[in-house]
Amino acid sequence: MSDAQTSLSFRSNAGKAVRNQKLRAAMKHAADTFGAKRIDAFAPVADVEAMRDRASAIREEVLKNLPRYVDQFVASATRAGATVHRAKDATVAKEIIRKILADRGARRIVKGKSMVSEEVDLNAHLEAAGMEVVETDLGEYIIQLEGEAPSHIIVPAIHKDRRQVGKLFSERLGVPYSDDPQVLTRTARKVLREKFLSADAGVSGANFAAADTGSLVLFTNEGNGRMVTTVPPLHVAILSIEKMIPSLADFPDFIRLLPRSATGQTITSYVSVITGPRKPGDATGAKELHIVLLDNGRTEILGGESRDILKCIRCGACMNVCPVYRTVGGHAYGWTYPGPMGLILTTLLTGMAKSHPVVDASTLCGACVDVCPVRVPLVDIILQLRRRKVREGFSDPKEKAGMALFGKVAASPALFALGQRLAGRFWPVVRVLGGKDVAGRMPAPAKTPFRRKAP
Amino acid sequence: MRAQLFGTCLVDSFFPEVGEATVKLLRRFGVTVTFPKGQTCCGQPAYNVGYQAEARSVAGHFLSVFRGEDPIVTPSGSCAAMVKHHYPALFRDDPKMRAAAEQAAGRVFELSQFLVQVLRAHEKGFPGKGKVTYHSSCHLTRALGVLEEPLILLQSLRGAEFVPLPDAALCCGFGGMFMAKLPEISCALAEEKADSIVATGADTVTGCDAGCLMNISDAMKKRGSPVRVAHLASLLAEGI
Repeated sequence: MSDAQTSLSFRSNAGKAVRNQKLRAAMKHAADTFGAKRIDAFAPVADVEAMRDRASAIREEVLKNLPRYVDQFVASATRAGATVHRAKDATVAKEIIRKILADRGARRIVKGKSMVSEEVDLNAHLEAAGMEVVETDLGEYIIQLEGEAPSHIIVPAIHKDRRQVGKLFSERLGVPYSDDPQVLTRTARKVLREKFLSADAGVSGANFAAADTGSLVLFTNEGNGRMVTTVPPLHVAILSIEKMIPSLADFPDFIRLLPRSATGQTITSYVSVITGPRKPGDATGAKELHIVLLDNGRTEILGGESRDILKCIRCGACMNVCPVYRTVGGHAYGWTYPGPMGLILTTLLTGMAKSHPVVDASTLCGACVDVCPVRVPLVDIILQLRRRKVREGFSDPKEKAGMALFGKVAASPALFALGQRLAGRFWPVVRVLGGKDVAGRMPAPAKTPFRRKAP
Repeated sequence: MRAQLFGTCLVDSFFPEVGEATVKLLRRFGVTVTFPKGQTCCGQPAYNVGYQAEARSVAGHFLSVFRGEDPIVTPSGSCAAMVKHHYPALFRDDPKMRAAAEQAAGRVFELSQFLVQVLRAHEKGFPGKGKVTYHSSCHLTRALGVLEEPLILLQSLRGAEFVPLPDAALCCGFGGMFMAKLPEISCALAEEKADSIVATGADTVTGCDAGCLMNISDAMKKRGSPVRVAHLASLLAEGI
């Protein structure tokens, strides 16, 4: 991350973000827009709750039998002519992809948007091997030019306004300044068109993988996804193992849920189903297709209490409605995935030692649970992680001591009443000790607590 | 009818007037109110941050204090949700305590819920005045499912005008210990809430959770706003 924000420095990242008025305004605007569009998109749909139930049940079925579905997918995709690779972690996945590309002499790589490739930090690995890697999703292209990481899983440059993009383009691409989105898009399109046509290989992610047919399904809007996967002779797709869906027949509910939840669209501009490489007689398609299935800790998550997070279909709706995310933006979380689903994945995938401050990044308001299309119990999982944090000894020692005291005092009426009297008597001291941020925001305790006047 | 009042630690220590208003309201509708001696807190400060053992110790104390069959009424959506949903989970592996937790969960009511569902207090209505807006707190609405009851009561205020709050579903940033752990975010959210409140032109903002109201009140005070922040219990009780 360019500004060295890590999950461990979440609190100071958040403090900086809160003071960044430009960021706050951009985040509020974007979150409100996507939140409202989502509501509008679902309004005419009659059976949303039943649809969510069905989608959730399908995801549950996948998790219950994940190894079986992965094996089935590998067999089906292989039958369809793809080469499937299994990567146990990020290092292995990156090296598999580098080797596929290097063995074929690929130097110029175009990329479709893929959060899993961000998770393994693929670009840096390929660039270190001398390859040119160009992000072709407009948002990804913008942040690649800026040297930033995505701050949203669907809208990677959500934290930037068009004036910032205009300035960036004029500085980096040598074009006259404009903050007209149409002009900016045309500029990017012109640059990227040349990249597509000269690319040796395309690297993409996938939204789903159908176990029965071995197909990859991609929801995209800009056409770049289709270019990346069909124009260059070689297509490498990287996806995590839990993206399985039993059958292509299961897609209708997801086609209706994912775009509505993500961007408030009834459907994305493109829905691509890729089954194997180009076959004789096909008009388009890569000649060679490699699929890299990444585990990177998911099998371990699957065996643990927080496994329901693997139902997530990466729509981003939870972050759009999250009061914390919309206040601090995605970079403050310090890793690939932000917002409610992100703080959970960050903790589970990078480990409590590297991430424990982000488990605090929730007011437990539950807005995320309201919108999750596959009913991931996000608040329950955040509470599980907070308990783990305490159990594994990552909580603040002062807090721990305070909580031990609270546990004793609040379980004893005499101590509780004493505590009330002391707090009332020494409030000015408590106020100073508690700081202006905490005690300073509370009124002084009542002279006579309610218990002494109660019936 | 009898009811056991759970005052909550915040009301008990900081907002006794809300407790008194709650008693006045319940009595007005013929309820004999008892205040089980020795009550303290529901345990959320520990539970929400992951301190399971401490939360269990406080919850166990609560269950030892609130015995019998009478409904438990509390002027807090958050504390009611804690008893209703998290107590049974806390004692999942302890059959005896779990039975007690489920028994308490089955008879706990948030105040507005009790006033409307059980006492039908809205039917007679309340005297009121001014322009009132309402903050729907997150645990009240999402965890407890109490959406309509406070609105029904507010609409029964004769002489008062109710104005809905924009972005009503957005958290105020209190979040219990969240306010202490991430104060910058907490304050930013409270400011955003204060903006919405001021935009309504209301002279009073009300709600059903003292924690949220405390956070909102601080943000209003910081901007020198004359808007009054009052718990729904206080607002309803002052006219009777």
